[in-house]
Amino acid sequence: MTNTVKKNIDNRNTDNKNIVNRNIVLCGVGGQGTVLASKLIAAAAMEKGLRVMSAETIGMAQRGGNVFSNLRIGNSMHAPLLRSGQADVILGFEPGETVRMLHYLKPGGTVITNCRPVKPTTATLTGSSYDGSEMIAYLRENLAADRLLVVDGQEAIDKLGSPRVLNMVLLGAAIRTGQIGLTEEDIKKAMGRLIKPAFMELNLKAFDFARQ
Amino acid sequence: MHTEFLMGNAAIARGAIAAGVNLTAGYPGTPSTETLETIAKYRNQDTYVEWSVNEKSAMEVAAGAAYAGARVLVTMKQVGLNVASDPLMSLEYIGVKGGMVILVADDPGPISSQTEQDTRHYSYFSKLPCFDPSSVQEAYDMIQEAYEFSEKYGTPVFFRPTTRICHAYASIEVKDEDEYVHHSADGFKKDSSRWVIFPRLSYANHKKIEARNVELSKVFSEYSRNAIIPERGSFAGSGAARKGVAAGGISLALTLDNLQDLEDAPRILKVATPHPFPEQLAVTYLQDLDEVLVLEELDPVIERELTYIAGKYHLNVEIKGKLTGDAANAGENSPNLIAAALDSFLGRAAAETAAMPEPPQIPVRPPVLCAGCPHRASFYAVKTAMKGKKTIFCGDIGCYTLGNAMPLDMVDTCLCMGAGINIAQGVFRTEPDTNAFAFVGDSTFFASAITGIINAVYNQAEMTVIILDNSTTAMTGHQPHPGTGRTMMGEVVSKVSIEAVLRGIGLEFVETVNPLELDKAVDAVVRAAAQKGVKAIIFKSPCIALVKPDQPLSVDQSKCIGCKRCIREIGCPGIVINDGKVCIDPGLCTGCGLCAQLCPVHAIGGGCHD
Repeated sequence: MTNTVKKNIDNRNTDNKNIVNRNIVLCGVGGQGTVLASKLIAAAAMEKGLRVMSAETIGMAQRGGNVFSNLRIGNSMHAPLLRSGQADVILGFEPGETVRMLHYLKPGGTVITNCRPVKPTTATLTGSSYDGSEMIAYLRENLAADRLLVVDGQEAIDKLGSPRVLNMVLLGAAIRTGQIGLTEEDIKKAMGRLIKPAFMELNLKAFDFARQ
Repeated sequence: MHTEFLMGNAAIARGAIAAGVNLTAGYPGTPSTETLETIAKYRNQDTYVEWSVNEKSAMEVAAGAAYAGARVLVTMKQVGLNVASDPLMSLEYIGVKGGMVILVADDPGPISSQTEQDTRHYSYFSKLPCFDPSSVQEAYDMIQEAYEFSEKYGTPVFFRPTTRICHAYASIEVKDEDEYVHHSADGFKKDSSRWVIFPRLSYANHKKIEARNVELSKVFSEYSRNAIIPERGSFAGSGAARKGVAAGGISLALTLDNLQDLEDAPRILKVATPHPFPEQLAVTYLQDLDEVLVLEELDPVIERELTYIAGKYHLNVEIKGKLTGDAANAGENSPNLIAAALDSFLGRAAAETAAMPEPPQIPVRPPVLCAGCPHRASFYAVKTAMKGKKTIFCGDIGCYTLGNAMPLDMVDTCLCMGAGINIAQGVFRTEPDTNAFAFVGDSTFFASAITGIINAVYNQAEMTVIILDNSTTAMTGHQPHPGTGRTMMGEVVSKVSIEAVLRGIGLEFVETVNPLELDKAVDAVVRAAAQKGVKAIIFKSPCIALVKPDQPLSVDQSKCIGCKRCIREIGCPGIVINDGKVCIDPGLCTGCGLCAQLCPVHAIGGGCHD
């Protein structure tokens, strides 16, 4: 048995001043593709020699439920989970879910969110009027304009002709804010490894979509 | 060595492979499932892997292989260990020859389980050593060490991660293939004085086990994964606040994160082997501390050990935790809860968070049966057939537990795997005028429902068993089972027929019906309910995740009268209201056609149902 663990668990002296530590929350509704977006960021960060930890929603809650990833990049963390006020970036795939996770955002953190809602089955049954706009209004009221990027995911889906591109559209927009600490090239390299060649063209188009 | 980004369960599996595991057996259960699947994917040619019919079978198959000298892994979730507890309790008295690791994944929260039971208690109860990893990397490294301990001491060992280890991902250092251990079994050696359990043998071995655990407590005090992390800053030196924090598992990792950037931090005890407890290390740790806060999930296991040790060694230290109301005694230890407990214990001010006004009401999203799920049709058929009659609908464990949600509201009870069959009999005994129904999935049928049905037949109960056969174990991610004709070794084998099993037990009324044909399904239920004795209907239709969907349906707005019967009756997530009109979401609709069959004005059509 080695003694390396004693060193590993007490690494606060590790020199990591030059390394960008990033805490990211991805959230949405099961089936929107948050997991792939999270995996791409992780793969791109690892390619740069950074350590990555993440925690995802898996299991029963995936079926139509709200899902989230905590993603941590850096060389000095012990656990994959974040506490309130620790996230540099929230990447929200659904406006209500973005607001649900907003407590994770640290002061001065950035939010990138889709403005289109996914209406829960319960809302249809109870006749709720939820359409996401109240969530976007709340975000606009409470975040500085340069800390909030609202993306219309449906426009991209309509123009690109596939509901499966939403995750790449949002990921592209998020990377271009510069707040994730990775470049477009970093992510595209990771896409080349994780996405099947047949789907690459569509995914690259989606990644570049929100440029305008 | 190289770096890979692995899920905790995959890391555990890859660690077992690196340790030369020869056989793996398990039963699916969140959060443990991906471990066995990873073994199946990465195994070498000589490694055997199976989904057993239940956890008891898995434990016994693995025990047999370990008797013959193989290194084995058994995988299950915490409630699965209840099923496997019979072989477990006896196996410790017999011991093993090849290394045997019993992976039991605990689920604080609980997130996907019936109970918040703590497998560390099973470790005490059965006297097996227990390894409790605090990170994905440690899980990978420690399972390899667990095999060494198991073989050295001739005992099975528990490996007990929790959900936040099992389902976390991390970039970790893993071995290259040329660094793997290759283990070959030397075969079963006949010796009835060793392998046959008799009272005299149990007595003799019990004494040995107690002595071994005393020894292991000393060995674990030296084991580097149990550790004392010294205090620093204002907690060090004379006159300092003499406080400490003891933790294991993810709670340890969260504690280290919380204290990471601080100049001042208390002395930490890291507990990686909650049983046998590293007593000598704990005595060293507790020296000159006044107060210790214990942070752990589920039950106060470390807390009770430290309280006991403080008493035994007359140490003047106060142990705080769940028992003293200083830590939450149920649910997960979130980073926020850990922070709050540490703030209070250390007298720190809480970290500032951005104050924001109350947000608008965010819709709740309870999990629901998928659009097109055949279970919805099965529940609706029974509901329609039994309308106005006195009924009890006993549910079971699987996706179909979600049949409890409105508007279906078709699950009156749910307890544990296979229980619904027997609970229905108990209700019938008490209220014989009730139409007793039990719903059970195909995988659960094989795992633990068959004996219950035999009980009903033998004892002359009156009930209808509804088998929801979607040809897979859906809830845990589509594992094969005896009815699917596929094994984890990639073989195509003959399917075990549910209908033949039921007829073999003696049921006379057994009908197999497609639940998506609503009229036929309702008719079958009406006829079954009218018969005496034990009856069964097998509603057979594959899980929508396994088959290509049919063309989506659509609503003819010129015919739709807006009665919303489709929405009120079946609650399919594929039916939505847009601008006041009932519409079908083509991205979700699988074309199952259930809604079209209950529309009073035949406004729903399209796909192949026109």
